[in-house]
Amino acid sequence: MSQKQEEENPSEETGEEKQDKQEKEGILPERAEEAKLKAKYPSLGQKPGGSDFLMKRLQKGQKYFDSGDYNMAKAKMKNKQLPSAGPDKNLVTGDHIPTPQDLPQRKSSLVTSKLAGGQVE
Amino acid sequence: MIPGIGTLTQDTLWCFSQVKGTIEFGTTEADIISTVEFNHTGELLATGDKGGRVVIFQREQESKNQIHRRGEYNVYSTFQSHEPEFDYLKSLEIEEKINKIRWLPQQNAAYFLLSTNDKTVKLWKVSERDKRPEGYNLKDEEGRLRDPSTITTLRVPVLRPMDLMVEATPRRVFANAHTYHINSISVNSDYETYMSADDLRINLWNFEITNQSFNIVDIKPANMEELTEVITAAEFHPHHCNTFVYSSSKGTIRLCDMRASALCDRHTKFFEEPEDPSNRSFFSEIISSISDVKFSHSGRYIMTRDYLTVKVWDLNMENRPIETYQVHDYLRSKLCSLYENDCIFDKFECVWNGSDSVIMTGSYNNFFRMFDRNTKRDVTLEASRENSKPRAILKPRKVCVGGKRRKDEISVDSLDFSKKILHTAWHPSENIIAVAATNNLYIFQDKVN
Repeated sequence: MSQKQEEENPSEETGEEKQDKQEKEGILPERAEEAKLKAKYPSLGQKPGGSDFLMKRLQKGQKYFDSGDYNMAKAKMKNKQLPSAGPDKNLVTGDHIPTPQDLPQRKSSLVTSKLAGGQVE
Repeated sequence: MIPGIGTLTQDTLWCFSQVKGTIEFGTTEADIISTVEFNHTGELLATGDKGGRVVIFQREQESKNQIHRRGEYNVYSTFQSHEPEFDYLKSLEIEEKINKIRWLPQQNAAYFLLSTNDKTVKLWKVSERDKRPEGYNLKDEEGRLRDPSTITTLRVPVLRPMDLMVEATPRRVFANAHTYHINSISVNSDYETYMSADDLRINLWNFEITNQSFNIVDIKPANMEELTEVITAAEFHPHHCNTFVYSSSKGTIRLCDMRASALCDRHTKFFEEPEDPSNRSFFSEIISSISDVKFSHSGRYIMTRDYLTVKVWDLNMENRPIETYQVHDYLRSKLCSLYENDCIFDKFECVWNGSDSVIMTGSYNNFFRMFDRNTKRDVTLEASRENSKPRAILKPRKVCVGGKRRKDEISVDSLDFSKKILHTAWHPSENIIAVAATNNLYIFQDKVN
């Protein structure tokens, strides 16, 4: 669009331009959010939503402290430290042994559901 | 005008009917409802929770004296379906949380349902007992054995009425067939088989056989580092016993025909909406992941739910959905914090009404949304104790996106993201809905004039 035309019709936009502008504003929230996230966590993986999420999903479930594994691992690596979770904290690999500090809370005993007892309106 | 099942016009008013569960400040994790399902007649309503328990409600018979009040749902049976288990080999806990319940169509006096946790599917029989035999010869009335030498006469035991007792017994246990976590079960229209789907595989079972299962889909790559997508949901076609669909974390749906081959790794149809590459962001794939897929009752359409939308697809058109409904698009500008608090991974379900004309899904702040496919009207309602007076009409809610907030509106920043409605159910033929709000179950009905 030539400058002259813009000056003559400053408030008019062609249908196409308006649509472009709306689309850009539509993308903007998501991109702005992405920028926010990258600013907070610069080391976030290059693959958007890639296998990191999927691996985490596949291995959902509390890994428990296993004293056998733990002591075997300690014995094997007398001089070195136990391998930590590493950069992929979401991955529970074979070498990552939960420590006694990671012990989960005791679950409460099984009782009847409150939907079956309690208030009925 | 009759408040139609078919339409969501301004004349359709939803009313509070019942709420189950207790008001608590700190919810016990075990009480969180994880699945809700009506049976095929709508007479029974089942819920499963994180504690592995199933509660079944039964609709009371409508009395002639109360024409204006539809039957209410009362507790019929409750049982512990699954218990926590431990996988000693991997040092992993297996949650007892009930992921899905699916009813079998009723074929005799007893009711049958399938319930599943992450690893094991169970077939439960729920039956009534209202008679018991009395007058045994070798036992007395308390069940103690009688000394045979004191018995001088014989009598025939008779059946006498007793107080109704509802028993739930596990009839089949289908175990050890899934390495990954089961997300779906679906009963086939042949009533002889059903499928169970986990993140990477789908298995076909016969109800009578528990020690064998056929693997019909396997998307596990030879090298796990090449993993790019997982199965998120699966369902059999309501009428064609050879057809099923499964959805993926990449926002695609595959339709498979079991007549084509034993292993349905190659789809018959592939449904995917093309994405504008310039729109792509870090969040694109995550929010496109499909959390639920449901066939319409007619079998002509499938509905999918991803993080921000519900889509309706025509089975005859693979390249794009025929309808897209925005559930809560205002969350697009909150994706960063929703990623940080993991809400972006919430798995919402979606349901059809009996005539496939209205679809419903949940949102945050205990809001749930309904979309009328014909009139294109939509409504946002709230499940809360404040609107819990008998037959109180639910007032439509509105989220204000920016600028001036009207008195009744709520701003996006005030939404409570811990109050999420993930599971809802719609009665198969009437306008009765069940909405699970964390540990409470709400039942709403449309207003009877």
